[in-house]
Amino acid sequence: MVLVYTESEGGKFKKIAHEAVSYAKGVADMLGTGVTAVSINATDASELGTFGASKVLNLENDTLNNFNAEAYAGIVSEAAKAEGAQVVILTSSANSKFIAPLVAVNLNAGYVANVTELPGSASPFTVKHSVFTNKAFANTEINTDVKVIGLAKNTYGVNENPTTTEVSSFSAEISMGGNELVSVDKASDKVTIADAEIVVSAGRGMKGPENWGLIEELAETLGAATACSKPVSDMGWRPHSEHVGQTGKPVASNLYIAIGISGAIQHLAGINASKVKVVINNDPEAPFFKAADYGIVGDAFEVVPQLTEKLKAFKAQNA
Amino acid sequence: MKIAVCISHVPDTTSKINFTDGDTKFDTNGVQFVINPNDEFGLTRAMWFKEKQGATVHVLNVGGPETEPTLRKALAIGADEAIRVNTAATDGFSVAKQLANIISEGGYDLVIAGRESIDYNGGMVPGMIAKLNGANFVNTCIGLEVEGYGVTAVREIDGGKETIKTSLPLVIGGQKGLVEESDLRIPNMRGIMQARSKPLHVKEPVDANTETKAVSFEKPAPKGAVKLVDNVNDLVNLLHNEAKVI
Ligand SMILES: Cc1cc2nc3c(=O)[nH]c(=O)nc-3n(C[C@H](O)[C@H](O)[C@H](O)COP(=O)(O)OP(=O)(O)OC[C@H]3O[C@@H](n4cnc5c(N)ncnc54)[C@H](O)[C@@H]3O)c2cc1C
Ligand SMILES: Nc1ncnc2c1ncn2[C@@H]1O[C@H](COP(=O)(O)O)[C@@H](O)[C@H]1O
Repeated sequence: MVLVYTESEGGKFKKIAHEAVSYAKGVADMLGTGVTAVSINATDASELGTFGASKVLNLENDTLNNFNAEAYAGIVSEAAKAEGAQVVILTSSANSKFIAPLVAVNLNAGYVANVTELPGSASPFTVKHSVFTNKAFANTEINTDVKVIGLAKNTYGVNENPTTTEVSSFSAEISMGGNELVSVDKASDKVTIADAEIVVSAGRGMKGPENWGLIEELAETLGAATACSKPVSDMGWRPHSEHVGQTGKPVASNLYIAIGISGAIQHLAGINASKVKVVINNDPEAPFFKAADYGIVGDAFEVVPQLTEKLKAFKAQNA
Repeated sequence: MKIAVCISHVPDTTSKINFTDGDTKFDTNGVQFVINPNDEFGLTRAMWFKEKQGATVHVLNVGGPETEPTLRKALAIGADEAIRVNTAATDGFSVAKQLANIISEGGYDLVIAGRESIDYNGGMVPGMIAKLNGANFVNTCIGLEVEGYGVTAVREIDGGKETIKTSLPLVIGGQKGLVEESDLRIPNMRGIMQARSKPLHVKEPVDANTETKAVSFEKPAPKGAVKLVDNVNDLVNLLHNEAKVI
């Protein structure tokens, strides 16, 4: 059977958990088997039945409200062993990427990250995944009995596949390892680049940090996360956590709006996985237009406020 | 403190990516190779431990002789010794196994690797080394302080960061933030001269099975031309009705 690790926060499943279960169901159908999900402290584990999980192992333990890689990896590994999993599915969230190599070693399983599609074949088990920071894809065979897959974000989509679900509590021996969490520093009211459906990103064309109000207002109107090019974070106009690109964060949103960003190859490498790209730039020769779906050649200081106004009107109409 | 910095030898970030042999091999023709950017941040942090806390810094690579210029560059930046395990880096697990072996033989206290290499982006080697050697592990590490055996590490999480207390032996998957861009060092003449006489050991690999094998590569489908619009009304319409993203 196929085991899928489903991430939750404050008891609530994340969208990537729904995507991961949908994908797991696709893999299980290929292999002629079922899906078991494993969750930690989820409030309503039965919800995963909607996406095709026929069984959910929910482990409840108050000491695990905060992520601990050793413990979480141990739980996923134990669940995989207990269920006799052939394939274990994780995502590309920061926490999934932290535990996946640990799970792979625990299970003597081959691991492939950033997988973008259902396996091309079940035997040999071959998966397609992005490499060279989204500049290409590789088809890779996994030759071990147990396989670990890291699903890339926003590639497979969420599919409903209502299934009757048996939720059972699960217990495993928990080892917290040597890491002890001291503090978490996370803005809870802001959409993160990792979770956002829409990302509004701006570059050196914005001239200075004092002009970011325009960007934030547009982002707020769209419920989007804000991001920036590398020089913008290097100059301290914006925090490093907003730097996207080959050496920054990857973005795999539905919509990426790039304002005053030239479109250097290192920037594009990190945002290629986004579905629809819009560019606003006053230079018609900016390389970003070659990589974009929609574009406006114009001055950001005029276009962005107009766009925000128009979107506010649009939202009001469609609310 | 004895530090090992794992150095992945990768195509420069401006490289055009192409494949040969019926799309089964990466085409290295005209490609310039560099120290993986995440590893360069880690190496620079290691230099700080060397200069401020008297650490010894070794750089490790699994690869063929073609990676030696990259290791020499790391020596020119200031690492004391380099070790190359003489075998092609074919999959994450076998690379991790080779490195784990060198690391336990060498008795390193701290292993600094990168969050991911920018070629195959597996992000698997550091975690696997840690698990194989029973060391602590912190991934996406953006801050690292060591006092005796005690370690304070800051890790990037989705939407923020967290601070972790841990201890040596430790492996990190590091990235920008360990040091800033402006702290990165370009080797100077003196460094380059010294690097020539620093030891670069070549070790033969131990037996390590591969678990995965890349059988073919493909490039993303070519993109259609951009639709240019001249006002925001049209843009909002297209995003709503055609692209269906708002
Ligand atoms: C090893 C390495 C790694 C790198 N990694 C990354 C990375 O991960 N991410 C990244 O982003 N970069 C990265 N870079 C940097 C990259 O090469 C570019 O330098 C950078 O992306 C450029 O940022 P920018 O587009 O904001 O600035 P610029 O290139 O200066 O572009 C500014 C753009 O704004 C436009 N503009 C100016 N005024 C206006 C206006 N009023 N209205 C509208 N448009 C306007 C201009 O036409 C121009 O196109 C890396 C570089 C190296 C060497
Ligand atoms: N062939 C290699 N030799 C030495 N270190 C490596 C090698 N491959 C990967 N690493 C290290 O592991 C990190 C993550 O790589 P990867 O798992 O390939 O994404 C890199 O940043 C390096 O620090």
